[in-house]
Amino acid sequence: MYVAVKGGEKAIAAAHRLLAERRRGDRAHPGITLKQIAEQLSLAVDRVMSEGSLYDRELAALAVKQARGDLVEAIFLLRAFRTTLPRFGVTEPLDTGAMRISRRISATYKDLPGSQVLGPTFDYTHRLLDFELAEEGDPNSVSAAGDPGDVDERVPRVVELLDHEGLIEKEEPDDPDRPVGDLTREPLGFPADRDVRLQNLARGDEGFLLALGYSTQRGFGSTHPFAGEIRMGQVSVELVPEELGFAVDIGDLTVTECEMINQFKGSATEPPQFTRGYGLTFGEGERKAMAMALVDRALRCRELGEEPSSPAQDEEFVLYHTDNVEASGFVQHLKLPHYVDFQGELVTVRELRAEARQRKTGT
Amino acid sequence: MAVLARTSAETLESAWQETPDRPAYDLVRPPEVGLAMVRARAGGTGTRFNLGEMTVSRCVVQVKGGAVGYAYVAGSDTRHAELAAVFDALLQDTARRPAIEIAVIAPLEQEIEAARAARRADSGPTKVEFFTMVRGDN
Repeated sequence: MYVAVKGGEKAIAAAHRLLAERRRGDRAHPGITLKQIAEQLSLAVDRVMSEGSLYDRELAALAVKQARGDLVEAIFLLRAFRTTLPRFGVTEPLDTGAMRISRRISATYKDLPGSQVLGPTFDYTHRLLDFELAEEGDPNSVSAAGDPGDVDERVPRVVELLDHEGLIEKEEPDDPDRPVGDLTREPLGFPADRDVRLQNLARGDEGFLLALGYSTQRGFGSTHPFAGEIRMGQVSVELVPEELGFAVDIGDLTVTECEMINQFKGSATEPPQFTRGYGLTFGEGERKAMAMALVDRALRCRELGEEPSSPAQDEEFVLYHTDNVEASGFVQHLKLPHYVDFQGELVTVRELRAEARQRKTGT
Repeated sequence: MAVLARTSAETLESAWQETPDRPAYDLVRPPEVGLAMVRARAGGTGTRFNLGEMTVSRCVVQVKGGAVGYAYVAGSDTRHAELAAVFDALLQDTARRPAIEIAVIAPLEQEIEAARAARRADSGPTKVEFFTMVRGDN
């Protein structure tokens, strides 16, 4: 328990002034602009949009700046801001099959219609610090050399394209009348359906999901995954405004999608086949999308007749702890005054010690 | 609307300034920022789920002696929504439509297509060419 305590207003105001000063840093250097953050720290902005669960590059860049680069704090700021806005509606489901891809790879099939397209990736870099970037000014613009052959406008989805034999499970067809669970409106309940689980994971902390996904690879609920397809690019968004009654194309979003394919021995009802785990994030978020797909598959254990035995398969454990805004709030509330609780605990411990001493001396 | 939504407020502002005989208009619903919940599907094709929200700006205008224009555009720029709604109204005017399509919509469409082509060309050279090593006979 914590109690209301008065006092400290002056100290708080001074602390906030100091925070603003530290945020600005040394005034000998120019202040950083939102455009610079959005353009040059774009993956930080993407993570904040993804876990802040709000796609808006400018607002996310502002949050990164205000939070001094603390991304979990920035995510909190974005979540808080969204509560001030009305909701105009719900979009049509994104058609990621029609994505205008910048990157698309598969670790399961080499030769694909539409090819493997590496795009702007850290993969295959040597992870050596590049001291050219430490120099002031712009390095010369480097356009990729080689065959300037275009990427196809639309490339087929790997899993569906290559599963002629039905060895990979089909996605369950959706019932259009089924209401879609929404964690921003209804609290989490158990057992949680896949729609709710995916929304929870999409908002979830990348670090937590990465660790859980990693645990499945290391044998805690092993799912034998392959990266069937990872694609990143732009998709169009359509909204159906109430007053119009038809879909309006309102713009593009950049998203990253990961489809994991997992070995599956079969169950009483299902033949041996490959099963699927799915990850999708706002912006460029490949590591998160992969981790999400691993955890999504682990959480499907119940519907696939697997006995849950590991942390990543325990949906209450996973889904209750993915949200870094909630987690950070609860951990950090420990900083609030607990003076009365602690006084109470002191009294208890003193009494227990006195009792223990009495027992020892046998009096 | 797909074209008007993908441009910026600045571009629409200059297009509006260059429009001859700019009509007066009333704001039926003043421009405002809100949210749209973005839906996706498990595996891209299966169960629908809520991915997260996005900001959307909207506006409804009534052009004096003309049509009612609607706009819903991604992002939180209210001026973008207002001007998109004005052009939406003007495009419903059969007398004005051809001129606006030529002066505003067609060039914007070209810009959008050029940006998409540039993205495709950027990623083009990152396409992987595989070489298969063939072992000699001897």
